[in-house]
Amino acid sequence: MARIVGGIASSHVPSIGGAHDRGKHESPAWKPLFDAYVPVREWLARVKPDIAIVVYNDHAAEFFFDKYPTFAVGAAEHYAIADEGFGVRPLPPVRGHLAFSQHLCESLVYDEFDLTVCQELKVEHGFLVPMHLCFDYRDGWPVASVPLQVNVLQHPLPTARRCYRLGQAIGRAVEAFAADLKVVVIGTGGMSHQLTGSAFGDMQPDHDLDFLDRLESDPESLTGWSHQLLMEKFGVEGIELIMWLVMRGALPAAVRCVHRHYYAPMTTGMGLMTLEPA
Amino acid sequence: MQASQLSASRKIGDSHVFDLAMSHRGLRLNRMCHVLNDATGRAAFRADEAAFLARFDLTEAELALVTARDFNGLLAAGINIYYLIKFGVATGNGLYRMGAQMRGETYEQFLVSRNNSGAV
Repeated sequence: MARIVGGIASSHVPSIGGAHDRGKHESPAWKPLFDAYVPVREWLARVKPDIAIVVYNDHAAEFFFDKYPTFAVGAAEHYAIADEGFGVRPLPPVRGHLAFSQHLCESLVYDEFDLTVCQELKVEHGFLVPMHLCFDYRDGWPVASVPLQVNVLQHPLPTARRCYRLGQAIGRAVEAFAADLKVVVIGTGGMSHQLTGSAFGDMQPDHDLDFLDRLESDPESLTGWSHQLLMEKFGVEGIELIMWLVMRGALPAAVRCVHRHYYAPMTTGMGLMTLEPA
Repeated sequence: MQASQLSASRKIGDSHVFDLAMSHRGLRLNRMCHVLNDATGRAAFRADEAAFLARFDLTEAELALVTARDFNGLLAAGINIYYLIKFGVATGNGLYRMGAQMRGETYEQFLVSRNNSGAV
């Protein structure tokens, strides 16, 4: 039987991808961010997950507003790297797990989450940045992945509670998979950021740290927050934090925080938290 | 059903919330920017901007905003922020330069206001 061995919440800021590709890991401004993932990589090396379910959003690279899914899940053997407008990044294609993905899609739909199933799906920084922060891909990605895309661009978005319940349904789906696989769930995006208007670049570290506390110890308290409240606290684009609730919903109520970190250099609060079942 | 998720104004401060009305309004602009995801589209844009833009049935007002590189105006016209970023890449305007314009600051003033502007 498959089981969830833990969850990671991670920002997916695209400039991290640029810094990674330019080899800026040791530069004074970027080193705190990249070093923060060392304990996460050590934890991953210990638990050795077989599969990563990555909850992310596409940023207008693969999906267009002519038809826009609320939740879309990959069910393919491989996922190509998308061109987001500045060329295709030099990363290996992402390895999927077809049988597990198909099981996950069936299980979630029969659990009343009406998904868009994607047999072809290109992934971009929302998915890729947390992956290359957490995993060394030089010999190929060490885990198989399931991309799970959430609409956080075009309102109406799924509610915070709906995202949390989707995570709970993922937990049930994993337990029902017959093979003995270890699964990690990665919730991506956030934290506070605002990319339009006169408040461009404003960050809210106090709200971000409160969110981290609640995510660990009292996630139910976050599920009643409206999109309005979330955007007032975290900025319009900070609404991405609802994707962290998918990850948290997939874990049991009692968790142990393995590691957490927060860094806010430019325009986005870069949060990081690793949780495992207590 | 959960209580209302958005305020009646559909705004956070002076920023628009990208809802279905905004997405409908911006569909032509966003379709134009979606093509910039592709190297062929970017090359066509750079080779002959007017001919490229003519493919997307933009209104006169939309064309004027594009030509003026009026980032706030484009957002008000329904361009999604993530499509604006692609337009910025194609026109040599990085996100932080566009953001400085939105704040009414120079790029240099904006950088000074950051906690660690080495992380550009």
